[in-house]
Amino acid sequence: MPTDATRPYTASELLAVSSARALKDGQIVFAGVGVPLLAATLAQRTHAPGLTILFEGGVIGPFVQPGALPPSTNEQRCARRANMLTPITDVLLLLQRGYVDVGFMGGAQIDRYGNLNSSFIGDPDAPKTRLPGTGGGNDIASLAEIIVAMKHEKRRFVEKVDFVTSPGYLSGGDSRARAGLPAGGPYKVVTDLAVMGFDPETKRMRVETLQPGVTPEQVQANTGFDLAIARETPSAEPPSADELAILADLDPERLYTA
Amino acid sequence: MAPTPYLELRERTKARDRSLRDKRMSLEEAAALIADGEHVALGGCTASRTPFAMIWALVRAGRRDLKVSRSIVSTEGDILYASGVSRHIMTSWFSQGIVWGVSKVMRAHVESGRATLEEWSHMAMGLRYRAGAMGAPFMPMRAMLGSGVLGRVEGAKPMECPFTGEPLLLVPALNPDVALIHVQRCDAYGNAQIDGLSFMDVDIAMAANRVIMTTERIVSNDQIRRAPDQTKIGFFTVDAVVEAPFGCAPHECYGVYEPFFPHMDAYAAATGKDPEKGVAEYLDRFYHEPKDWNGYLERIGVGDMLDAARRGRTIHAD
Repeated sequence: MPTDATRPYTASELLAVSSARALKDGQIVFAGVGVPLLAATLAQRTHAPGLTILFEGGVIGPFVQPGALPPSTNEQRCARRANMLTPITDVLLLLQRGYVDVGFMGGAQIDRYGNLNSSFIGDPDAPKTRLPGTGGGNDIASLAEIIVAMKHEKRRFVEKVDFVTSPGYLSGGDSRARAGLPAGGPYKVVTDLAVMGFDPETKRMRVETLQPGVTPEQVQANTGFDLAIARETPSAEPPSADELAILADLDPERLYTA
Repeated sequence: MAPTPYLELRERTKARDRSLRDKRMSLEEAAALIADGEHVALGGCTASRTPFAMIWALVRAGRRDLKVSRSIVSTEGDILYASGVSRHIMTSWFSQGIVWGVSKVMRAHVESGRATLEEWSHMAMGLRYRAGAMGAPFMPMRAMLGSGVLGRVEGAKPMECPFTGEPLLLVPALNPDVALIHVQRCDAYGNAQIDGLSFMDVDIAMAANRVIMTTERIVSNDQIRRAPDQTKIGFFTVDAVVEAPFGCAPHECYGVYEPFFPHMDAYAAATGKDPEKGVAEYLDRFYHEPKDWNGYLERIGVGDMLDAARRGRTIHAD
């Protein structure tokens, strides 16, 4: 392990740091609360000061107050120091118009093509668990490039999602475009074990970077489908002291980084 | 739910008294304007500007089987299912809030088949209300295609664009029978001013066939006329005006109070272990036993109210 991390870090902190590093300065980013908001704010405070956050509640370019993280994207805390507030439908239409570079997503399940499920565990007609549903997830995944941040577990990385709430590359190849979704699609999947991208032709998920100290065998063992992992896959730099300090400042009560 | 035939929609509007008149009434009188089985749209989103005072009045009035729609549903969805006010909620997302996890009350009702959770994408909900507001039968959109969400809803139709040949999705207009909306201030005629996030409220008011407006305070028409650019919902769409201070408690009203976090934590804990018993006791304590809305607020407690109000006003601090 490299030595520049000043303290052990949690899986959520690692997700936030890796996601932040995947963002670029100047981008317009559609973010949910939790890890996505932490990642986008961390990026603003490090390498991407000109990054703009959008919240589904109708917020353009806010600066969320450290220690007062919002409980969802739809409360007044989200609006702090924003440039503009819009109706919900209009902020979602920015996705359709093409103003949004990256959308941040999570999900209960993901498959090799980046299709996401946040609606049902089990048979949708008689679900074992009814989950909250899409929210804006389907719209974001349909209309923007997305970064998915989630824990890497076999029950989440599955051969076939129980339900496609938010479309990835559907069945691969050009199936997404043929379904009427010519733009956007999964860009990165960030987990506590690896950062993954997608093959440009087959649209299958492949490992690009291993998280610090993680082996390719560990990643495959925690994945329910065959992942392409090159023999010489590089390892990511661990979260730096600066990155962890910024996260601690943003979320001192560790609502989202525990 | 198919779009309302256009002439029927116009007839329903024509039949309404759209004059500039005093529409003030009590929560109980407003609840009597809603019939069992009607489609009721709720303003606000998640834990923001939820029209809890009217929901409270509907539970107490014993209203049944309303079809309820909202952009995103939070605690009020639990209350509607558990009270029997609704067994069918149409929305994009349903749980008290992400920090409290999946609603156990929603799960109990939906997984047992007692209630329906009809799921549309968030933009689809918005465009359905907007189509209704525009007097159009549908809106085209470019999301939901290719997903399981599209496969489980009725009424959305994929089509080939007549201009470009691209695949599009048409989503049908929603024209709710009634909209329940809570705002920071409104005059006796129904001119409503909304501070901060407006969510889908303006479209919902325009789409609905009746609007019941609850408000933190009723202001004079003179005050409205001094800043008519701040009027987001016009009197001509509004059928009832009810003054309901802290009318979103335990949720927030932008700039006035934030969510009542300790109350919402306690609710999540009470319904986490035994959702049926937890929510039944909550309904008794907060909905059925209090004598009036002030009694409801008394049970929530002055400490929580002051805490939420103190935090709510910080939006104005710089």
